[in-house]
Amino acid sequence: MIARRSWFITFAMLFGFAFLYVPILSLIVFSFNESKLVTVWGGFSLKWYAALWHNEPILHAARLSLLVGVVSASLATIVGTLGALALSRFGRFRGRTAFALMLSAPMVMPEVILGLSALLLFVTLKQLIGWPAERGLLTIMLAHVVLLTAYVTIVAQSRLTQMDESMEEAALDLGARPWKVFFVITLPQIAPALMAAWLLAFTISIDDLVIASFASGPGATTLPMVIYSKMRLGLTPEINALATIVVAVVATGIALAALLWRRDKTLD
Amino acid sequence: MNNWPQMWAQFFRGLYRSLSVLGREIQGKRGRAVVIGVPLLTMGLLFVLPFVIILRISFSESELAQPPYSSLWQWLEGGYLTIKLNFSNYLLLWQDALYLGAYLNSIKVAALSTLFTLLIGYPLSYGIARSNKRWRLALLMLIILPFWTSFLIRIYAWIGLLNSTGVINNLLLYLGVIDQPLALIRTDFAVYLGIVYCYLPFMVLPLVANLMRLDDTLLEAAADLGCRPMAAFFKVTLPLSMPGIAAGCLLVFIPAVGEFVIPDLLGGPDSVMIGHTLWTEFFTNNDWPLAASVAVAMLAFIVLPTLAFEHIQDRRARST
Amino acid sequence: MNQPKRRQTLLAPWQDASAKPFVRIVGITKTFGTTYAVDDLSVDIFQGEFFSLLGGSGCGKSTLLRILAGFEIPNSGRVYIDGVDVTDLPPFLRPVNMMFQSYALFPHMSVHANVAFGLQQEGMARAQVAARVAEMLDLVKMGGFANRKPEQLSGGQRQRVALARALAKQPKLLLLDEPLGALDRKLREHTQLELVAIQERVGTTFITVTHDQEEAMTMSTRVAIMDAGRIVQVNAPSTIYEFPATRMVADFLGAVNLFDGRVVAVESDGLRIRCEQAGCDLIMHAAQPLPEGTQVSVAVRPEKIQLLDEAPSADHNWLRGQVADIAYLGDVSIYHVKTTAGQVVRVQLTNTRHESEHALTWDDDVVLAWSSRAGVVLTS
Repeated sequence: MIARRSWFITFAMLFGFAFLYVPILSLIVFSFNESKLVTVWGGFSLKWYAALWHNEPILHAARLSLLVGVVSASLATIVGTLGALALSRFGRFRGRTAFALMLSAPMVMPEVILGLSALLLFVTLKQLIGWPAERGLLTIMLAHVVLLTAYVTIVAQSRLTQMDESMEEAALDLGARPWKVFFVITLPQIAPALMAAWLLAFTISIDDLVIASFASGPGATTLPMVIYSKMRLGLTPEINALATIVVAVVATGIALAALLWRRDKTLD
Repeated sequence: MNNWPQMWAQFFRGLYRSLSVLGREIQGKRGRAVVIGVPLLTMGLLFVLPFVIILRISFSESELAQPPYSSLWQWLEGGYLTIKLNFSNYLLLWQDALYLGAYLNSIKVAALSTLFTLLIGYPLSYGIARSNKRWRLALLMLIILPFWTSFLIRIYAWIGLLNSTGVINNLLLYLGVIDQPLALIRTDFAVYLGIVYCYLPFMVLPLVANLMRLDDTLLEAAADLGCRPMAAFFKVTLPLSMPGIAAGCLLVFIPAVGEFVIPDLLGGPDSVMIGHTLWTEFFTNNDWPLAASVAVAMLAFIVLPTLAFEHIQDRRARST
Repeated sequence: MNQPKRRQTLLAPWQDASAKPFVRIVGITKTFGTTYAVDDLSVDIFQGEFFSLLGGSGCGKSTLLRILAGFEIPNSGRVYIDGVDVTDLPPFLRPVNMMFQSYALFPHMSVHANVAFGLQQEGMARAQVAARVAEMLDLVKMGGFANRKPEQLSGGQRQRVALARALAKQPKLLLLDEPLGALDRKLREHTQLELVAIQERVGTTFITVTHDQEEAMTMSTRVAIMDAGRIVQVNAPSTIYEFPATRMVADFLGAVNLFDGRVVAVESDGLRIRCEQAGCDLIMHAAQPLPEGTQVSVAVRPEKIQLLDEAPSADHNWLRGQVADIAYLGDVSIYHVKTTAGQVVRVQLTNTRHESEHALTWDDDVVLAWSSRAGVVLTS
């Protein structure tokens, strides 16, 4: 690495990180604000956290979002891993390009199109076969799976191509059948990457507003939907409190992951 | 924590055993069929099929019904089957200045935002890629943290900052720099800011990956041959980082074009973007066929050309 | 090159017309796109052989090995192992095991688990597995390492574990892909002898792929020289070295001097060959008489040429020249002698004394001489 770094780069980096973090920091600071006016400091107080704790609609929406996130991330991880397996291990099979395109396209689509397409699908299905009668959590999950699978496929495919294939060949050579090789040899090797993919999918799911709005139905309001409607009405410090909690959780998660990863490397 | 692989191994072995109990081994060709079939079916039904449906609905008429669009075909007396394809939605898109304007505006906003994101993101990525290993991990984590924080919350943060009673205005008023709050929010400026802010990680991550792979000895060779650092950057580093730039721009541009939330919350009345138009047609006007035709137009005139362009760039980069 | 003493000398079954081959490769062709990786290749391998496939990169030896293992399906041709047609069998159903170039040890399993893996696939009982694993680890002298993980082992140790794992199932055929490639020089020599010893103890047929001539010559009962997807010559190492079949083989295995010329007469002690370019006549013993006028090349190994002060009395098998270059290798010296005709001839002399009586040096005039049985007459 060329050691000396020009002042321009240093300045640009400082600017970049400041740009990223000043809004977040202001959010956190004002979550402890006594005053109801979000941006005028009135003193230190934790009352908004208390209010948040008792805000049933928000808590309920949070629970729903978590449920949707866990289920759709898990489904997407399975589907995406299978897709990545096909793309990295099956060589040039017929229709491979279309297959790869189908698996990666959702990632670069505008979300409104993904949302609209999901909704229209469910409406048409209801016309044709009577299911789903009501849109709700299930339809949100299915709609999310489409987008999340694309992300999982990319992560899993990159790890699979990195992995030494001769290990799988050795296992085959020693008498293990292909499916057994996948479970006993391949999966343990790619497990950390799959975990990361799951987390990525989970985050995208609980954060999604547009697709959920299109695909949901009565009674199925996710956290982003609740926050969005609140935001249109005006700013409330409860949202600041919620934001701070989210940031804290995410920061802890990332720090933990980094620590684990570091320890894993240094133990060699 | 180097026990993880072993724990995973045991977990998966158990999983395999329990799955094997359920059924006989899937072998050979049938195994391959499952591996390709599951994603194929899932994405085919949930992703590809809906596009066909969107196309079909874009050709129908809006109706007061559940669902609010007419059927494409009808059986007439005497065994005649008529198919009505309603092109008026598309004609409307073409003729009404609103849609054309929204389309062009979206392209403009997305393109400019992508450019700004690149301008801010490239030096940032460069700095991260060139820092030493210990710092690099921490810096990457710092980039990823906002990315994992909710999108909505981050926009909310900017509203708080840009509002007429927001932090920035309060600060400037307090310092006496201005005596009237600036109209920062509900402007095009706020939209650009919002897009750049939310999509910056999408630009940085592919760029960092690309720049990290850059071979230092190439720069050393350039210096050895008499090239100054600045020129070396433009002649060596920049061209080699083109794939990273292309990837980052793609990941920012296309979603930004169809962006709805940011213009809705931060934009003014004349920063109409096409994603917003789609949403309004659908939820406010309940005109599904029109919304569907907007979606088809977006696909045809934005997504597909960009993907094709990227594909060509990719091909050209790989053949040189 | 040290040929290890073979306790059970194979009586060269390939020379016995009634011996049945253990591995039969019949007409195997494998293409990748328009390239012929293996081109209509047939060869028979006998039980207990240590058989090497030797060739440069791209000659198809690795592809052939993978076809034997079951990782590639040939376009045409059949493979028979112990009388059974295995061509269409997947790798996990063949009585063949492979030792991979990268060893491919499972990093998340201990040494014991790695070696036991193949046995577990057969459904062997726990106690039996443990016993066999212990036996195998002792065979490769890794007995105390059963609980270690691959990342804790050195390259040579990993190689032994890979070998133990591949032999654990007592396969009928063991394939080795560049087994010594990753080892340093000293370890390589030591391991060569060990591998042969293990093979003799276990009695399994070994087929190895290598690009290292020394390795192939040292360890093998027979070597097959491959080029462009075909086998050019297959025979015992000494036979190939002394009697190469073509120019390519002569040049590939060790160094060689080639004299191009044509046959002018068939005489009592050999063929008289006139080399206009070299400016001399050669009389070389040849296995088959060749008609006059045939274009041939005479291959003479550097160690078979003598350096004399004066020309011998005969009118053939000698040349005049000047020492152009000397490469001192410690045990031998290689002299590059430029003949009067301009050809550079390599001569290898063993340095038997600290200082030679006639210490040859640059620009000395010398005479090169060789006997009529010192070389081979090649027509291709």
